[in-house]
Amino acid sequence: MQNDVVLTMRGIVKTFPGTRALDGVDFTLRKGEVHALMGENGAGKSTLIKVLTGVYEKDAGSIWVEGSEGEAHIHSPQDAQNIGISTVYQEITLCPNLTVAENMFIGRTAGQKVNWKEYEKRATEILDNLGIPARARQELSHCSLAVQQMVAIARAVDMQCKVLILDEPTSSLDEKEVEMLFKLMRDLKSRGVGIVFVTHFLEQVYEISDRITVLRNGQLVGEYPVSELPQVELVARMMGKDLNDMEDLEQVGAKSAGKAEVVYEASGLSSTECRPYDFSIRRGEVNGFTGLLGSGRSESVRAVFGADRVTGGKVKVKGKEVKISNPHDAMKNGIGYLPEDRKRDGIIADLSVRENIILALQVMKGFFHPMSKAQMKEFADEYIKTLQIKTASQDTPIKSLSGGNQQKVILARWLLTHPDYLILDEPTRGIDVGTKLEIQKLVLKLAEEDMSVTFISSEIEEMLRTCSRLIVMRDRKIVGELTGDQLTQGYVMKTIAGGEQ
Amino acid sequence: MSNGFKKKMMSELSQLVIPLIALAILILFNLIRDPGFFGIGVAVNNDGNRVLTGNLISIIDSASELAIIAMGMTLVTAACGGQDISVGAVGAISGAVFVKMIQAMGGINAGTFAVALLLAIVVTICFKLFNGTLVSVFRIQPMIATLILYSCGRSIAYWINGDATPQLTSPILTAIGMTIPGIPVPTPIFCVLLVGLLLALIFRFTNISLYTQSVGINQGAARLNGINPIVIKLLSFVLLGVCVSVASLIGISRLGQLNHKTLLVDIEMDAILAVAIGGNNLGGGKFKLSGSILGAYIIQMLTTTLYAMKVSPVNVKAYKAIVIIIIVIAGSPVVKEKVTALWKKLRSSGAAIRKEVG
Amino acid sequence: MKKILVLALALIMALSCFTALAEGIKVGIINLDPSESGYRQANVQNLNDVFTADNGYDATFVTAPTADKQLEAANSFITEGVQYILVSAAEVTGWDEVLEAAQEAGIGVFLFDRLIECDPSLYTAAVVSDMPKEGETAVAWLESLNLDEYKILHIQGQLGSAAQVGRSGALTAKCDAEENWTIVREGTGGDSWDPNEARNIAQAAIDAGEDFNIVYAENDGMAAGVVAALDKAGITHGVNGDVIIMGFDCNKWALKKVLDGEWNYDGQCSPFQAAKIDEMIKALEAGEEIEGGIIYNDEVGFDAATITEEDIDTYGLGTLEDEVTLD
Repeated sequence: MQNDVVLTMRGIVKTFPGTRALDGVDFTLRKGEVHALMGENGAGKSTLIKVLTGVYEKDAGSIWVEGSEGEAHIHSPQDAQNIGISTVYQEITLCPNLTVAENMFIGRTAGQKVNWKEYEKRATEILDNLGIPARARQELSHCSLAVQQMVAIARAVDMQCKVLILDEPTSSLDEKEVEMLFKLMRDLKSRGVGIVFVTHFLEQVYEISDRITVLRNGQLVGEYPVSELPQVELVARMMGKDLNDMEDLEQVGAKSAGKAEVVYEASGLSSTECRPYDFSIRRGEVNGFTGLLGSGRSESVRAVFGADRVTGGKVKVKGKEVKISNPHDAMKNGIGYLPEDRKRDGIIADLSVRENIILALQVMKGFFHPMSKAQMKEFADEYIKTLQIKTASQDTPIKSLSGGNQQKVILARWLLTHPDYLILDEPTRGIDVGTKLEIQKLVLKLAEEDMSVTFISSEIEEMLRTCSRLIVMRDRKIVGELTGDQLTQGYVMKTIAGGEQ
Repeated sequence: MSNGFKKKMMSELSQLVIPLIALAILILFNLIRDPGFFGIGVAVNNDGNRVLTGNLISIIDSASELAIIAMGMTLVTAACGGQDISVGAVGAISGAVFVKMIQAMGGINAGTFAVALLLAIVVTICFKLFNGTLVSVFRIQPMIATLILYSCGRSIAYWINGDATPQLTSPILTAIGMTIPGIPVPTPIFCVLLVGLLLALIFRFTNISLYTQSVGINQGAARLNGINPIVIKLLSFVLLGVCVSVASLIGISRLGQLNHKTLLVDIEMDAILAVAIGGNNLGGGKFKLSGSILGAYIIQMLTTTLYAMKVSPVNVKAYKAIVIIIIVIAGSPVVKEKVTALWKKLRSSGAAIRKEVG
Repeated sequence: MKKILVLALALIMALSCFTALAEGIKVGIINLDPSESGYRQANVQNLNDVFTADNGYDATFVTAPTADKQLEAANSFITEGVQYILVSAAEVTGWDEVLEAAQEAGIGVFLFDRLIECDPSLYTAAVVSDMPKEGETAVAWLESLNLDEYKILHIQGQLGSAAQVGRSGALTAKCDAEENWTIVREGTGGDSWDPNEARNIAQAAIDAGEDFNIVYAENDGMAAGVVAALDKAGITHGVNGDVIIMGFDCNKWALKKVLDGEWNYDGQCSPFQAAKIDEMIKALEAGEEIEGGIIYNDEVGFDAATITEEDIDTYGLGTLEDEVTLD
């Protein structure tokens, strides 16, 4: 073993009923490097990490960790922690109602008398040391998501970790917060910590990583230094094909809706979560709301759908004034809404893929008009096929699907209702590149078929590719509406940032 | 094709595996202990009607009230992620209203019976709507929301009916509590079938099952799909109310009297157990009525078995508790996972051996 | 919240000062909730009937199901300055302090229906039911039938309760002593004396083909439960029936069944303690000496052969509404 290597995994195999999630995967992590683990959803990234952290037991293969003699035997997360492997998950797994210090030390005080004063002092030291803008006695829920993320990292770091695994740490952070996180990562790197970085943001990979390991369908594609693998190549390796698809999309772009009929129009629309604003969309138009996280873009579209309590405003659908005060009203008026938080607001986890697909249509048909089982099956089959949803069967609970496939199911749910106007809030978040492209293409196809779509994404490029009009929000207010030539990344950024001042 | 079908049946049945095994063990145990345990005979009751007799009939008969309430409890559990502990007390109220109405109308005939029962059901539904409102609108834990009626429901029943233990003698009630002349099967069994059928029809012709599960699993997402969680939760309480009223009627009919202190006493705990034994998640979400019904019969068979074994009265409850704990643990996710893993291992090693031999 | 309580209490006290102007012997009566049972209802009614203004009393009645509420009531009676306190306690312990305070204040304390675990000097007298005697009376009645064999289905009440222990005692003693007395099966209606559980037990005994000719149920409700199972199995009972039915408590509805010959015997558990206490208080007020300590209420049993309508009116508990039947 080279002496700068902290972690070596060889020939890891893990099978689940029906699938081989990992098939002889190798992975090597060196001291003081950020190593990106890349692959589409279902490629085996999560499984590899769960094997490494003891959540799953591997079926075959070996793991060596620097400092432990012989093969490492990891049977539980506690084992992993004991030999210096720490993980910070995508969803923050801390307790929001405890203080920062308590969160950093809770569960680690076994056998010792708890002296919180002491712990607070130590927490303050670590926070200062790592430059994390949080106070030890602050309640965690009062910190921003990014800071919470960093506290989770601080907790991991204090456990004297050699290997730090960051699983999608940036997915709910805005750019400034990402910058803060990267600073922390660079700092840890310089202290010799090996960091495994899992993300969907390609740009971030190139910004911070030293090395990339690519997985595909549970198998190792290869390990590359970042400098030797251009972005396009990376995507190609991840998808296992060349990039014509992507280029196609670039060329298609979105065309303006022109003078088509106004499908939806709101004036002075407001809800408990958003201030009054005006908005309209034409038939076949794709527009988007953009702005930093928390700028109010999600809250605005939620008001359209009646997801939050609507407090005012006039709404016209196809020229006729209507009242939309709850989701059911919106659905009856031909509006569909794919929520931002798939897990919390989208999926009904324990129900089958089929039930999740037909749910919205079934509700629209009414309480006393259940669909026949045959009809449900037909609809589910149709959409599983068209959207290429990867699932063992219609009866599989949706929770056992990968994130991207879950998202496709929700998408199928709304497409099945044949809405005139479909709102997609972050449909591509946390899903693999391939699926992202599929969804973008689908949106354009839907517009072609005269559906109106509002598309929200954290990735501006994605929106530029799909939208003909961008509504820019800052501090819960609309600060600009961009069309035509204005639709460039630079201009959008400038509008978001608020010009020169 | 056949493989896919088999797979589907397996997944459909997987929830019922543990209760079915428990039932099978109980049956087997009794057969070994006494081969004639499940023998069915015919007797002539004191009214001169032929009735089926024997332990099996007694078990199915005696479990009726429990089975009916367990069905309603399953719905409330699924929609609200909690349990109603006031079913016994509200059953007493339902009975009190029923008897008061009969008394007010001066006697029992088909007409007064129907009116009194209907009114009892309506009043019971009102009380359940009160519970349901606390749970759905005010988001109070179901157990807390029903605690009020649990503790004061029987006093309300007393207040409605006074200090009497009203005696009711009528061919109609005898027919419900015992048998309908000419039909030797105890009528409570038909009541279970009737309620089951009613619910089956409701499930068939409405979306209540899908809605209830959606609300129970993810209320927020259900709302964003146009489902009104409040209505669904209230509905579950309404249906439970109907179940409680029917069970209450059976209880009164069996003894030909109403005792507000003891009618359906302690049935809430058994009903919750039946739901749990049936493999339903007490935290709400997916459910199977058949599981809960099975659970009810298991509990009753256990009781009858213990009585048949002449276990001393002091120990009956303890034994019952032990067996139930074993069933519940056997049905827990942890045990299920381990058993499934073990089964797979055995199968794959078996296959390997076969291969080597072959 | 606490403030409101204090205010309310003050108000009640102020009001009670006015009522104190009324003439009569001041007594405070603490009982359990009448909805507890037919027995309790009759007990409360009995006290209400006796301690009236016409009878020379100024009585305050409190019915509370829990010990703390009862203690609270007792304390307020002491501060109010009543002359006598009458208590049927929810719990047998925890009364010492209050009773001592009463003694210091010169208040006479009478226990009724239930005893309290304390020094006997702390109360003037206790009028209670003699549960073991109830059992003995019942067993003696059974013995007087001179049956060849006594095969008994024994349904017990809440295990460990005074009533259960008393009523079971005589029977088990007899069965241990006599060759031809056997308990075929023993079961309990549980903490709520549940008739349905009694029915289950009887059903199990019948299904097992057990042979019994006597049902000894420790309250009326459970006897009714057993009878339901017998009716279903076609086993006759009561006068001229195969099985002798015995119950306890003397609810009016149960006595009616005895009168109708459906049951054979019902043992009394008398809730009528007021007259005895009234007698003693009057004696004390007249300056006479009384014999304190534990005084047992007279209790009898009723036989189907001798019971009369008057007995039901006099001794029956609860109200007996006309049985509801088919027109």
